[in-house]
Amino acid sequence: MASPANRMPRGLRIASTLFIVTWLIMAAFPFFWTLWGSFKVEIDFFSIADWTTALTGDKTKETYGSPITGAGYYGAWVQEEFGRAVINTFIVCFFVVCTSLTIGTLGGYALSRSGFRYTFWLLMIALIFRAVPPITLVSGYLLPFFEWNVWGILPTTIIVLVAINQPFTLWMLHSFFQSIPKELDESAKVDGCTQFQAFRRVIIPVMWPGVVTTGLFSFLLAYNDFAVTALLLSKENQTMVPKIASFLGTTQTEGNVMFAVAAVVSATVPLFILVMFFQRQIVGGLTAGAVKG
Amino acid sequence: MKHRTFFWFFLPTATAMLLFIAYPIISIITQSFYTPHEAVLIVSEVCDPFGCKEETTVDQEATNALRVSKPAGNFVGWNIYLDRGHLATTEVAEAWRSREGLGDFFNALGNLPFYRAMAFTLTYTFVVTPMLIIVGFMIALGVNSLHRQLKGLVIFFSLLPMIITPLIGSLILFWMLDSRGILGSALQWMANDPSLSMKASTGLTWVMLMVYGVWHAAPFAFVVFYAGLQTLPQDTLEAARIDGANRWQQVKHVIIPHLMPLVTFVALIQLMDNFRVFEPIVSFNAEAHATSLSWIIYNDLQGETRQLSAASTTSVLTIIGVAILLSPVLVRTWRDFKGKT
Repeated sequence: MASPANRMPRGLRIASTLFIVTWLIMAAFPFFWTLWGSFKVEIDFFSIADWTTALTGDKTKETYGSPITGAGYYGAWVQEEFGRAVINTFIVCFFVVCTSLTIGTLGGYALSRSGFRYTFWLLMIALIFRAVPPITLVSGYLLPFFEWNVWGILPTTIIVLVAINQPFTLWMLHSFFQSIPKELDESAKVDGCTQFQAFRRVIIPVMWPGVVTTGLFSFLLAYNDFAVTALLLSKENQTMVPKIASFLGTTQTEGNVMFAVAAVVSATVPLFILVMFFQRQIVGGLTAGAVKG
Repeated sequence: MKHRTFFWFFLPTATAMLLFIAYPIISIITQSFYTPHEAVLIVSEVCDPFGCKEETTVDQEATNALRVSKPAGNFVGWNIYLDRGHLATTEVAEAWRSREGLGDFFNALGNLPFYRAMAFTLTYTFVVTPMLIIVGFMIALGVNSLHRQLKGLVIFFSLLPMIITPLIGSLILFWMLDSRGILGSALQWMANDPSLSMKASTGLTWVMLMVYGVWHAAPFAFVVFYAGLQTLPQDTLEAARIDGANRWQQVKHVIIPHLMPLVTFVALIQLMDNFRVFEPIVSFNAEAHATSLSWIIYNDLQGETRQLSAASTTSVLTIIGVAILLSPVLVRTWRDFKGKT
């Protein structure tokens, strides 16, 4: 892009920069606005009269003596026990990521190393399963889960999320394992290893970059899910997202909206940190599937 | 790899998918043909000094016996598919007979829950998908011409709308678009109409839901296209330039053909994902103006009265919709595969 022949004319450069700046504002501003607003009272953040009160916090000052208040956070975390939902979310995410990576690596590795025809069909079936919206499966779960009395508890949800996750995990790990040369485990097998030993001693040490990327996406799926967790978890075991949705149902009394705003900000923080540390892996994972597929 | 080894490696993931994806699909298909047993009622005459009254009680024993003998419920055939909540054949036929022009007929269809949801789901899918591809492509071109140190920052903030939980992302936008929120006030000021409110207008709600859809998914298209731009063959571009192609012609004849496979990929993924649109409707509290197939299923399943048969039927219809959307891609992949072997 350094060659002078390729330099943009000034008008185009300005237009392009303007467009990117507009996009940046669209992408980032809502988050900062909500973060700022979460420290205000409801009539400041949702002001009928004058939108600037959301910036200055006039009414917040009248009520609490300072333009910034943690009342929303107090309400969400202490009064409504949002902390329990946070713990539940992290339990669910941890076990979903661990289980789906364990069984996904085995399956993805097998798919990438077997040259038979059925691997193609298995991948196609996985693609079809990936296309089925998870919420359509829920009515199939409810009856057996009620019958065995396992509805509403975390382990059931974890297993369901792992299964829903598998098609995607398989595709991703399959394409990642294909980029690891076959000669590596072939030579281990020549030296007398069984297939599993070759996998354990030769492949496992070099597979971590792909596994970390896939793990990130499994985490996001479990963390972001609403349809399954809302319908399969009882009220006591709710994770963050259905908990936030349940705040909305009870926002008739004034101030409760701010609980939801505070909870939303709290639930966004881990994602923010995730993008900060794993930006390269996320971008790599999104493009890996596309460029190879 | 031998068949046997393959089998053992693949067994855990296959079991998970069979039990929790394949079996539920079969289960919802069966459930969509059955309704749960109604309680067996006994009508008995109770007499007291003031006269006789008929009293209805539930015969627990008979009800339980019926449930045990036929656990699947009553077989009703296609009845649930054809009832008012789903394909509504009687109502559609009636509307067709009494129509006064096509517009009137579509209005009548719009009052039936399934067709109402279908209308929004399809509009959303086929408006948002091309829009997000165009927006994502423009961002990718813009970012590609930026200074290297700025790129990382732009990518960081661009990822946020995509990585955010859909329910939370749409809530954040909804609070700003609320008539008391900052964007809602800005809209009122621009339209010079202080009573303008998203909650009251169907058109505005649809537009805002689609704006959310593009906001949420454009970063995905952007990242994929941006990666594609890095592998752009520089000599083809240079050759085009020497032949006197202007900037627009370079984009049209070199860059877009190079990215075409990625466009297909993004379109495929996004068609699947947009067809299941659900969370923004919950967040925007928009069910009065817009419903989707997923929302109907959720609405049937939540609360105390879980209408499993109705939800199963909508689920089956949704899966058929996904299959129709996906069929061109599947057919093409199959042809490629057959051509290869």
